[in-house]
Amino acid sequence: MKKETKEILFGPVHLANPITLQVLGICSALAVTTQLEPALVMSAALTFVLVGSNVTVSLLRNKIPGSIRVITQLAIIASLVILADQIMKAFLFDVSKQLSVFVGLIITNCIVMGRAEAFAMANPPMKAALDGLGNSLGYSVILIIVGFFRELLGSGKLLGHVVMPTVNNGGWYNPNGLMVLSPGAFFIIGLLIWAQRSYSAQLQEDEN
Amino acid sequence: MELVNLFLKATFIENMALAFFLGMCSFLAVSKKVETAVGLGAAVIFVLAITAPLNNLIYTYLLQEGALSWLLGAEKAATINLEFLTFIAFIATIAAMVQIVEMAIDKFSPALYGSLGVFLPLIAVNCAILGGSLFMVQREYDLAETTVFGIGAGTGFALAMVGLAAIREKLKYSNVPPGLRGLGITFITTGLMAMGFMIFGGIQL
Repeated sequence: MKKETKEILFGPVHLANPITLQVLGICSALAVTTQLEPALVMSAALTFVLVGSNVTVSLLRNKIPGSIRVITQLAIIASLVILADQIMKAFLFDVSKQLSVFVGLIITNCIVMGRAEAFAMANPPMKAALDGLGNSLGYSVILIIVGFFRELLGSGKLLGHVVMPTVNNGGWYNPNGLMVLSPGAFFIIGLLIWAQRSYSAQLQEDEN
Repeated sequence: MELVNLFLKATFIENMALAFFLGMCSFLAVSKKVETAVGLGAAVIFVLAITAPLNNLIYTYLLQEGALSWLLGAEKAATINLEFLTFIAFIATIAAMVQIVEMAIDKFSPALYGSLGVFLPLIAVNCAILGGSLFMVQREYDLAETTVFGIGAGTGFALAMVGLAAIREKLKYSNVPPGLRGLGITFITTGLMAMGFMIFGGIQL
């Protein structure tokens, strides 16, 4: 693989991660991660929309007038999200119920808008597709880590299978209810950022 | 009374930012200073109060199953269901409204434009705004409820953001471990705030 390709594809996983470093797309990362399964489905949906929108915007980049580019991008993204939402309603109805409004909110997920504006508007379709894939990968990695810990510590399960039997069901694990509630999500992402920045010191910020 | 209850619920118990994580991007990015946080907060309240009822009208009279009966008669309209267009209709309304509001404020109140202006374009892609409209559909609010919900949700968002900004201003003077500086400590602080807001759970008037 060429060095540049590798950078576009794997850069966003660690050194330019959309969630922990670019601070984009955080809403859904926090909201859908109470369990691992919705986190996985959400990652797949976002990958579909992000790659699709990056390629479409990149193909149209010389045709879109500058003054109305935001609404054009929104229209492209919204159409793709409708597609993803309809597919999920048809084949994964339970998960789609669980994700509730957050599928629709992919439209305003800043990752999609941000990548369309920052990368796809200035690069050819092939590169834009790679960039979309790379950023979805970075997003998915964080979602899966957070979902893993929240489901495991919050209910002793993984993907619905019992890993640590809870006290209520005659096991030994006393579930940490905080993990299922919203503060747990903030704490886990905060700690994740801490771990990542301690590992790569060049990512640290100087001020609070 | 029910509306007051709904307002309090939208502001405190089901806080957009702290309980549903909506609008997090701008929540984290703009909460460095109290002044800017107040500006964005006001803009969010304003735009939510306008777009939520407007989207409610669009949904009830255009998109919902059988909603076109005022135009085509009940029989014909019963077979038409445009619900799949919800997302694109809502986001178009929001983007257009934000643009119009921006122009209107610029024309009639340049002072207000000076303080809100920079935040308005940001708001078109703030998920709290679209989230407000989507929750309205999911929870089947009527027009009055939607208006109250919109204002309440906006107020809650503004309140949380100003609170976080105030904490972050003080945080500047504390000694945080290097890896946690900036974004990390902000997340942990927000988590603690979310825990604080959880005490409102269960309040009923």
